[in-house]
Amino acid sequence: MAETTEAPGLTVQSGFLSELFDRFRRSAEFVVIPLLALIVSGVLFSIFLLLVGKSPADFFALVWRGGFGTSFSWQNTLVRSAPLIFTALCVAIPARLGLVIIGGEGALVLGGFAAATIAIPMIDWAPAYLLLGVMAIAAMMAGGIWIGIVGALRHYRGVNETIASLLMFYIAVSILNFFVEGALRDPSDPNKPSTKPLGADNMIGVIPGTDVHWGLLIGILLCCALYLLMNRTTFGFAAQIAGGNLRAAQAQGLPVGKLMVISCAIAGACAGLAGFFEVAAIHGKANASLIAGYGFTGILVSFLARHNPLVIVPVAIFLGGIAASGGLVQRRMDLPDATVLVLQGLLFLVILVSETFYGRLSFFRSKGAA
Amino acid sequence: MSKFELSRRTLLQSSAAGLALLSSASLSRLAQAGNLTVGIVYVGPRDDFGWNQAHAVAAAALKDVPGVTVVEEENVPETIAAAKSMESMINLDGANLIFATSFGYYKPFVLDLAAKYPDVEFRHAAPLWTEGDPKNAGSYFGYLDQAHYVDAVAAGLSTTSNKLGFVAAKPIGTVLRNINSFLLGARKVNPDATVQVIFTGEWSMPVREAEAANALVDAGCDVLTCHVDGPKVVIETAESRGVKCCGHNASQAPLAPKGFITGAEYKWETIYKMFAADLAEGEPLPNFTGGGFDVDFVRNTPYGAGATEAAIAAADAARADVTAGKPIFVGPINKQDGTPLLAAGASFDNYEPSLDQTDYLIEGVTGSIT
Repeated sequence: MAETTEAPGLTVQSGFLSELFDRFRRSAEFVVIPLLALIVSGVLFSIFLLLVGKSPADFFALVWRGGFGTSFSWQNTLVRSAPLIFTALCVAIPARLGLVIIGGEGALVLGGFAAATIAIPMIDWAPAYLLLGVMAIAAMMAGGIWIGIVGALRHYRGVNETIASLLMFYIAVSILNFFVEGALRDPSDPNKPSTKPLGADNMIGVIPGTDVHWGLLIGILLCCALYLLMNRTTFGFAAQIAGGNLRAAQAQGLPVGKLMVISCAIAGACAGLAGFFEVAAIHGKANASLIAGYGFTGILVSFLARHNPLVIVPVAIFLGGIAASGGLVQRRMDLPDATVLVLQGLLFLVILVSETFYGRLSFFRSKGAA
Repeated sequence: MSKFELSRRTLLQSSAAGLALLSSASLSRLAQAGNLTVGIVYVGPRDDFGWNQAHAVAAAALKDVPGVTVVEEENVPETIAAAKSMESMINLDGANLIFATSFGYYKPFVLDLAAKYPDVEFRHAAPLWTEGDPKNAGSYFGYLDQAHYVDAVAAGLSTTSNKLGFVAAKPIGTVLRNINSFLLGARKVNPDATVQVIFTGEWSMPVREAEAANALVDAGCDVLTCHVDGPKVVIETAESRGVKCCGHNASQAPLAPKGFITGAEYKWETIYKMFAADLAEGEPLPNFTGGGFDVDFVRNTPYGAGATEAAIAAADAARADVTAGKPIFVGPINKQDGTPLLAAGASFDNYEPSLDQTDYLIEGVTGSIT
């Protein structure tokens, strides 16, 4: 009512302000809904803790301390985040085309295996940078081909990509075990079958002043690059069209098959890189320890990030922190290690449910549009 | 070879020192332990009826020692997570002694951390430490084949088909040695006894363990034992098929109330308490500690309903013999392929270094390594 009596100049200004406010209100949706989802899952998890007779306050205090409270905790968190960034990209890129790839773990395993294998004949003579470069390329190719096959199967044979990628994970593990326990086994390690070690001189070091290997930085750069690819190029635009409506994309003459295979190959290459860093920065060789579940946690990261490569980084750090604090929670509160899995599961469910609220809450709609 | 001779020498020295200390260290001296915090990392659940439980039982015993705080973490995979769990125990819980109980923790994680934290003692449960490794790292282990030998003496008197079944994980040195010792124990009291072995290929693969156990019973075996991480499935299968069984790693007696004879168990608490006492005294910990009955590092599970009077008497006598140093490997013994291992009248000392490198099965064992 006050507005109607205002001078004309002021009305114009308030119109500008309200438009700004509307804009803010619409974009706030993407912050408020995930935040609410986090709070709801926190409340649900607190109820769970109370049911088993533990203090939620203690729990969250320990998660803070174990994941983010000290400089050691931060490094612990970041070390665990690095592989999650890569494996989340393996889910996020095909998701733009509407593909649900859940077998990134297989590409990780094969990427690590390929990197360690191609290194074997080179260890004795190649300088570290050459060795690591070749290993990284081999890892990306192995992972890229692996998930690329999934995309090709989907497009040319109509095979469900979710099931195919999951089942191919088991094949990847069998390939790893077959060679690591057979032809490529290093005889100097009689008890844990592994490939020949790279040697300390050939390993990727840590970011100076930290315990965190360079994979974290490469992962963040890769996220930025893939964000640009998917949001600022014709390739990304075409992929998004195909993801929105496959038939329409085909009718427009977009090369849908090519888009699918290439997106899947990029995704697989990302997961393959995760395997490369596991071998070149952590283990120094390929063995069953590569199968650590990063590929599966990556699915959670990508969904929480709504398949946005830039959001993947903070989400991976968030989940890395929860994982890092798991040990402290276990030791101090005498809770089983599965406790943090319950928290992760609740988060996943609540976030998935919260997806359905986008565009449905009138609060976030501008008045004109409503 | 020289490496193993050295290992053996340090081993015997440290065992002797351990015994001397054990006999002299009374609880009152342990009470001065002050603030010793021990961190223990397990690769699986603490209640797996097997490898991890054997350590957890010892950890519980260590908690009763005044002045000692124990922090534990289970289900820690052999990845960077293992390193970070141990580091978290050091940084956030103030641990000054770490027990890394899974094989794959040693290289590279224990070695790296020992270099990084020179004031913290690291001990790893497998004979991997060698000269040149950090002085604040070390190995501890038990010669479980001695306890399997005693098991087999009881088993040899319990079988009517003269066929004993052995479900084994991987064909590596310690496993093959246990199988060979099991046959020798059975042959000691029953010259007609044979041991049939099936390898599952994995340390923990419950489905395959059940299949193997059933196949052995189908083949006529009427006593089963095993060397897998968690013998639960094998013991339960034996009980449900109505045959007798001998345990491994920890006590499985509650799982087979009818057919349990006895079992081969580690007694880690001897070593854990010994190390705690050493640190309380300000003594350096040995880098290499191992032994069998003579130093109380292994034991047999209390006899179950499956053990007859005769079996109990013979097994008790066999244990007394081994404790006194009477050899298990007494010739003539041939390898499976017929090549002689020991001539008639020759024997191996129970700590014969070459037995650590066992890569053969002996005549009387059916089943193939490859």
